[in-house]
Amino acid sequence: MDIYFMKTSITKVSSHLSLNEHLIFERSQTGRIGYCLPPLDVDETPIDDILPANLRRDDDLEGVPEVSEVDVIRHFIRISTWNYSIDLGMYPLGSCTMKYNSRLNEKVARIADFANLHPLAVEQDAQGALQVIHELQECLAEITGLPGVSLQPAAGAHGEMTGVMMIRAYLDRRDGEGASANRRTMLIPDSAHGTNPASAHLSGFSVKTIRSNAAGLTDLDHLRELCAHGEVAGLMLTNPNTLGLFESNIKEICRIVHDAGGLVYMDGANMNALVGIARPGDMGVDVIHLNLHKTFSTPHGGGGPGSGPVCCTADLTPFLPKPLVIKSGDEFKLDSDRPHSIGRVKAFYGNYGMMLRALSYILTHGYDGLREATEAAVLNARYIAHGLASDYDKPFEGAPMHEVVFTDKRQTRKGVHTLDIAKRLIDYGFHPMTIYFPLIVQGAMLIEPTESVGRQELDQFVASMISIAHEAVENPDLVLNAPHSTRIGRLDEAAAARKPVLRWKPRAKADAA
Amino acid sequence: MRYIPNSPEERAEMLNSIGLNKSAELFASIPDDLLLREHLNTPAALSELELLSRFERMGQRNAGPGRVSFLGGGAYSHYIPTIVDHIISRSEFFTAYTPYQPEISQGTLQAIFEFQTLVCQLTGMEVANASMYDGSTGLAEAVLMAERVTKRSRVIAAASVHPQYLEVVKTYVQHAGIELQLADFDKKTGQISSTLGERIDDQTAAIVVQSPNFFGCIEDVAALATLAHARGALMIVAVTEAISFGLLKPPGACNADIVVAEGQSFGVPLSFGGPYVGLFAVREKYARQIPGRLVGEAYDKQGRRGFVLTLATREQHIRREKATSNICTNEGLIALAATVYMETMGRKGIQEVAQQCAQKTAYAARRIGELDGFSLRFSGPRFNEFVVRGPAEATSQLRRLARDRAIDGGIALSRFYPDCENDFLVCVTEINSREQIDSLVEGLRDFSNE
Amino acid sequence: MANVPEDLHYSKDHEWVRPDGDVATIGITDYAQNSLGDVVYLELPKPGEEFATNESFGSVESVKAVSEVFTPVAGKVIEVNEQLNDTPEKVNSDPYGEGWMIKVRMASPGEVDSLLTAAEYEDFTKAESE
Repeated sequence: MDIYFMKTSITKVSSHLSLNEHLIFERSQTGRIGYCLPPLDVDETPIDDILPANLRRDDDLEGVPEVSEVDVIRHFIRISTWNYSIDLGMYPLGSCTMKYNSRLNEKVARIADFANLHPLAVEQDAQGALQVIHELQECLAEITGLPGVSLQPAAGAHGEMTGVMMIRAYLDRRDGEGASANRRTMLIPDSAHGTNPASAHLSGFSVKTIRSNAAGLTDLDHLRELCAHGEVAGLMLTNPNTLGLFESNIKEICRIVHDAGGLVYMDGANMNALVGIARPGDMGVDVIHLNLHKTFSTPHGGGGPGSGPVCCTADLTPFLPKPLVIKSGDEFKLDSDRPHSIGRVKAFYGNYGMMLRALSYILTHGYDGLREATEAAVLNARYIAHGLASDYDKPFEGAPMHEVVFTDKRQTRKGVHTLDIAKRLIDYGFHPMTIYFPLIVQGAMLIEPTESVGRQELDQFVASMISIAHEAVENPDLVLNAPHSTRIGRLDEAAAARKPVLRWKPRAKADAA
Repeated sequence: MRYIPNSPEERAEMLNSIGLNKSAELFASIPDDLLLREHLNTPAALSELELLSRFERMGQRNAGPGRVSFLGGGAYSHYIPTIVDHIISRSEFFTAYTPYQPEISQGTLQAIFEFQTLVCQLTGMEVANASMYDGSTGLAEAVLMAERVTKRSRVIAAASVHPQYLEVVKTYVQHAGIELQLADFDKKTGQISSTLGERIDDQTAAIVVQSPNFFGCIEDVAALATLAHARGALMIVAVTEAISFGLLKPPGACNADIVVAEGQSFGVPLSFGGPYVGLFAVREKYARQIPGRLVGEAYDKQGRRGFVLTLATREQHIRREKATSNICTNEGLIALAATVYMETMGRKGIQEVAQQCAQKTAYAARRIGELDGFSLRFSGPRFNEFVVRGPAEATSQLRRLARDRAIDGGIALSRFYPDCENDFLVCVTEINSREQIDSLVEGLRDFSNE
Repeated sequence: MANVPEDLHYSKDHEWVRPDGDVATIGITDYAQNSLGDVVYLELPKPGEEFATNESFGSVESVKAVSEVFTPVAGKVIEVNEQLNDTPEKVNSDPYGEGWMIKVRMASPGEVDSLLTAAEYEDFTKAESE
């Protein structure tokens, strides 16, 4: 495989020590200990006096590993090296905004006075924590142009559910529950993220799909047609949309929906294209969720924790989840007396540690840095769009914002598909882009570099993609069998789904099963 | 801005190379009247030094962390081995995305597979997912799942479930056509009343109990499961104190169908309520109804073992509005923390922590119960929390304990139940020394003499 | 090119029907299995359940897609291919043989005549893939 890398100046990957490591259960040795507790310092009560035997477990936690501290460290450090990560290089997953996760934010989140604060500490004992929430609420209100903010939702999809439930509560109150019952259609573009229809369903809405037009934007005529039926509760729109295109008719779109008596929900997954440049509130959006783990750089952590704040107009504010953090004089309070609230969406106040990191991000950047980050992110995406235009099919003419979509149309002639291109990109040292999304683009490759990538790395990425396009013609098998540089090859996902093995079992039990 | 690699000069060159002159042209597709004319009204940039001191100053306004604490109620102070934070601070884990590309995500995938296995072992269940946001949302998802599985619409939940969990369930089901009924607890034992069985009928999708419940009392899950199953309803068990798995009979062994737990006790700091991690486990026959992500074993062409996200057809990105849940991002890194914790403490450590909690709690309960004017409100068996009924209004007494002795002595139940003004919930864990417990007892003794 | 046996009847939802007296065996076409990819799981009805024409009787899952399957003809299920629980891949490898899904006793056996012939179905799939 190494010869192929020699052809270009792209030398990002070479072989590297990768230690094998079993599951921890296979490392376990009876009698090993990885912890140390102080001895029990109270008079011991006979266990039967505390708990009758029928309420106690009797399996001695069979199967739970017995390992030393050194075993645990080696185990996790070894398997950690099998991961790609932002700190290793460009991670251009479209609509995921994999930007740099600053160490300073991590330090802030670990300040003992926050990290050790109990969530049920009384208000007056948690003033600093509530102040952080309040300051972040104010910043997010300013950034989105929407004054009502709740930080309670734990992730983007959770924020969506919250926002859509608020729409439902608003309509029920505005129209009365009887009349509102006729308004149960949520319009969602065909390019939307799958969480949108799933979240709408949770609020009792049925989904109607809006077509995108040939330019990759919302088809206004289709929108008007769907709105003419009168049962429209709202529209869930991502802007810029998942093709990376700004919906230039956004004000008209909002007007059409509002005229039909519906509300506009914006999926804020793509806010990295807008912060400091334009505000959803000014566009006519009624409610939006943000992803602190995208736009505001809190780490993705291999799949969470996220944080999905909801921002809304003054009209929708009474329906926000409760409690809401408010300021009264110099004091911060938890306001639970909110009769129109949709209710609580999570125990306590949300993913608080993410709020600390996001506020730290906003304060580190300052208002000028926030805008600078947006400009740099859009420029990087535009630079890639320009660099790949001659070798890959770009299905839409429009100038992309922070992400750009290409397809495998030219490569399929030789039997090379998006999945193969993605896998081959790994051999060049890059994490693949988002693939096969949005669903409306056949063989989609959605690329979002973010602002955290320098020019040299962008150039290397473009050169790698072009090199793969050439390989797809000259040596398709090389691409079809990629990746070649990883510790395992493509896994048989069909076999895994037919006979799912979802947990480890001791050998004897596994054989018996 | 130091997080943006390209200098202004480089960016100007890049602009030129794509045929643009200035940054503003990047936003040509945004109508003019929507472009901000002025900068955002957010604070100006702070240096690292300024920023840290600003957060430290705000932190000092939190009085709680300096005190000896007996606060529980769904979030618990436990010993966290140092290596937990070290491992989750590895870039390879915390700056990775959801493992969609298995060839370069095996670290995350294997860790999740171990997490799923450990959750099964501790709960006594057969299939566990890759995590939920927390215990409360996990419980709400369990209720929705019960409706899907049984196609029945009534759910009976014990009133002794964490009040905030009940609020979350109520929010989630309000448009799902599910009727949520509360079943009262026995005022003497604190356990769910045995008359619950009479309310279960052929429209009951599930009964929901928490054990140990919000008042710290352990429920007879096995007996309740028998009642539920007799009418074809599912048994959902919620656990807010995951350390209890180290001592109590696991819900799986009590015939639970769905188990949800808050995993915060497993190596996760209190952090004012989040991020935590929801554990979610079910019987094998419900594996295809489970919400959230699942990791499974898979092999490549050379027969090498690896792990992949599997059974994805349940999820929102494929099934859209018909998905088992809208959940996408979950709590990956916190699940990793819990995994490191469970493996470091191991078979012996998890049991020892649980036993120490139970022993210290028994000691504290006995000492407090002996005080004049104080009594233990419930007689049911307990693990590491219990309700104390004091001689006067709990809020002000707890306030005085905090002020005079720097002890957070418990949670005033009047926060959740207005008619329980003299009651407070005390939690004792392995980190509370005998000296701390004794000073709490002394502090309370002051009130009994008043 | 997808295999379209001459002797079967087809629906526009890509199911095939093999009538034998008043019993119809139903499965999905080669074209359908090919566009779904590796089949990993099937949800099928139980014997005794009744379905109207064009009613969803179950679903077929591949690694990354789910597709509902519809009854081209009305009737009562008399047999379900239990083999597919363990070997769903038969739907891919032998869609017209071992990959059959259900047998129904047709409410009106004449109904098969309203379905597409092999030639018509072939034209239909050609138009659809363009």
